[in-house]
Amino acid sequence: MQSLVIVAHGSHLNPESSAPTYAHADTIRASGAFDEVRTGFWKEEPHFREVLRTVEGDEVYVVPLFVSEGYFTEQVIPRELRLEGWDVSEWGSDGLSADQATLVAEDVDREVHYCGPVGTHRAMTDVIERRAESVTGDPDVGEGFGLAVVGHGTERNENSAKAIEYHADRIRERDRFEEVKALYMDEDPEVDDLPEHFESDDVVLVPLFIADGYHTQEDIPEDVGLCEDHTEGYDVPETVAGTRIWYAGAVGTEPLMADVILERAADAGAALGTALDDVRETTRVATGD
Amino acid sequence: MSDPAPAAADADRQTAETVDDEPAVPDIDLPSDAFDAVLDALGDLDPNDRLRFEGFAVGRDPDAEDIEDAAAYVLEPGGDDPRTGLSERDLHAALEERAPQVTDWYAFERVVGEFGPRRAFLRWIEDADGATVATRYAALAEGIERAWGQLRVIATVTDRGERRYEVRHVDDAGVTREELAAHDDPLDAREIVKLDEKGRYRPLKTAPTLRRGWVFPELSPRDAYELVETVYPATVANWHREREGELDVNHWRETMARQSGIYGVIRTWDRGEGHEHVNWVAEACCDDSQCLKRREWEYDDGTDLDVDGGDGVFPCREPCSVVVSAARKWTRLESEQPRTYEFELTPSEKEQLEAIVDAVADGRIDEIREADTKEGANRYRARFLRAKLFDEEGNLGGVPTDPTDPDDPTDPDDGE
Repeated sequence: MQSLVIVAHGSHLNPESSAPTYAHADTIRASGAFDEVRTGFWKEEPHFREVLRTVEGDEVYVVPLFVSEGYFTEQVIPRELRLEGWDVSEWGSDGLSADQATLVAEDVDREVHYCGPVGTHRAMTDVIERRAESVTGDPDVGEGFGLAVVGHGTERNENSAKAIEYHADRIRERDRFEEVKALYMDEDPEVDDLPEHFESDDVVLVPLFIADGYHTQEDIPEDVGLCEDHTEGYDVPETVAGTRIWYAGAVGTEPLMADVILERAADAGAALGTALDDVRETTRVATGD
Repeated sequence: MSDPAPAAADADRQTAETVDDEPAVPDIDLPSDAFDAVLDALGDLDPNDRLRFEGFAVGRDPDAEDIEDAAAYVLEPGGDDPRTGLSERDLHAALEERAPQVTDWYAFERVVGEFGPRRAFLRWIEDADGATVATRYAALAEGIERAWGQLRVIATVTDRGERRYEVRHVDDAGVTREELAAHDDPLDAREIVKLDEKGRYRPLKTAPTLRRGWVFPELSPRDAYELVETVYPATVANWHREREGELDVNHWRETMARQSGIYGVIRTWDRGEGHEHVNWVAEACCDDSQCLKRREWEYDDGTDLDVDGGDGVFPCREPCSVVVSAARKWTRLESEQPRTYEFELTPSEKEQLEAIVDAVADGRIDEIREADTKEGANRYRARFLRAKLFDEEGNLGGVPTDPTDPDDPTDPDDGE
């Protein structure tokens, strides 16, 4: 019996923090790829500490719904899941290349496949592009458009910037958008000066965050100048200093994220049948009209 | 809260015929899926083994050539001579006569399955490890009621021996089904549990603030378990471990020692000067009025807390994330040194401050009527007190919090 456990941060304060986690879990349930799909949280229930004891399967894949490798994926989650003998070297990662480690979870005395975070998977690049399609309503968006991928920056985690740059580089290489920039909230180049970094009249701004919350709904819109105060709201697109900014909100809310979760499990050995193709198809942006 | 007494409160349910006031065992038709499951099990069985039901067993006749043989089966009724050389038709007739026992086997062995917490929970609902099939089916025909936190579960049995579970809020016990919003997907409960009756976010799923007004009228056994798992995550798994004598309790000290990052500071709150501060935490957060879990963790392995752990059905095995987050705040606040402030208050003003703290602590603010000025925590009373006693900076009695620093040194805590 094959089980998927999606682990995410969750929140004590924001009721919508877990919404993307639940939505992606539902997409994967509907795909039938796993006999069982469970969710576990740091700030909600079931907690990381107790989620594995709710799991029935004997082939267990744990996928962290986090944007980068760092404190949570390297310390908190392995500790709270009680992965015996965990050491970050198990992943042998340069900060971007964590794949999976198979370890016994002491809590349930069973092996689990502990996967790298969704945010650094190559398939995440496609989700960022898909997010740009969603927010513009144009499955072919690119021509005449710039794309800004925005993250926290290194203040709390040096790998955070690595993930942003990795995806920005990949999208740039695909030559789809006129220009692609990695911008940060707490270091240069800063998202505050977005229009200065782009020549294009239209720029899609995609924050590399899992859930909408304080950073994506208050900080970034105010910093970029989409609004004076987040309570006023803003239009999409909103013109700031002559640049039309298409603000996408957290990339993690994009339905295609379910695909990255599946990719992580597949890389760790999960048998998924046609689920990857199915999910890519069912989460596609309608061509409209 | 775990009273197993069968109840027949729900007017929607069928009532079984009764004889001498004893509930009767309902008539059960043996469904083909249950019979097929028996045949499958027999097909896999060694001829010397038996498939055991309550009061009888069936097996393969060792004299039969193979499973296709017309006289392939044997029935061993308890106390009677075994009947051998039964055809599939004979076997069906014998099992049809014993449909309650066969459907009971099918329900737990094939529908519910092996997974420990689910199986133990669903067996507990009908006392399947204590009562006979006849007793249980009679009780199920009436409806067996169980409480799990604020959930009220009514288990029934169909005329095919299938279990069905109705789940609603315990306070909606007397409400007709038609007045409640009906759901059939257990995952719908994620929306039900998210906000309380007043629309406020519930960060703690086991807080006694589950909203009312909904019903899952006819859940299968697996879906009933999933619903409980969704409303009260991991509570069944922990309850099951406790029943097996395997609950892994992590006490306060070890839990806080494990914390890192912004929570690492909490361990500095334990200064080897007793555990009174943890009593206060437990009284603040873990009381039954705040959380339905029964606190099993203590200060450490050898030091119990002095406050009651509560009466919940399901245990709490370690300080939860809400307690850890609050403890971080208290660790900072409690590192401050007390100071002496001098205020002048009338006796009623002192009592009013106490009444306001009580009202907030007990969540009674919304119950205090707008014009009820007898209540110290009444809004007009509080506004009057503020108008009279606070200066323009919001200082009580005009006394600065830090006399050396006219800018109030509020804690620059960044929350989560």
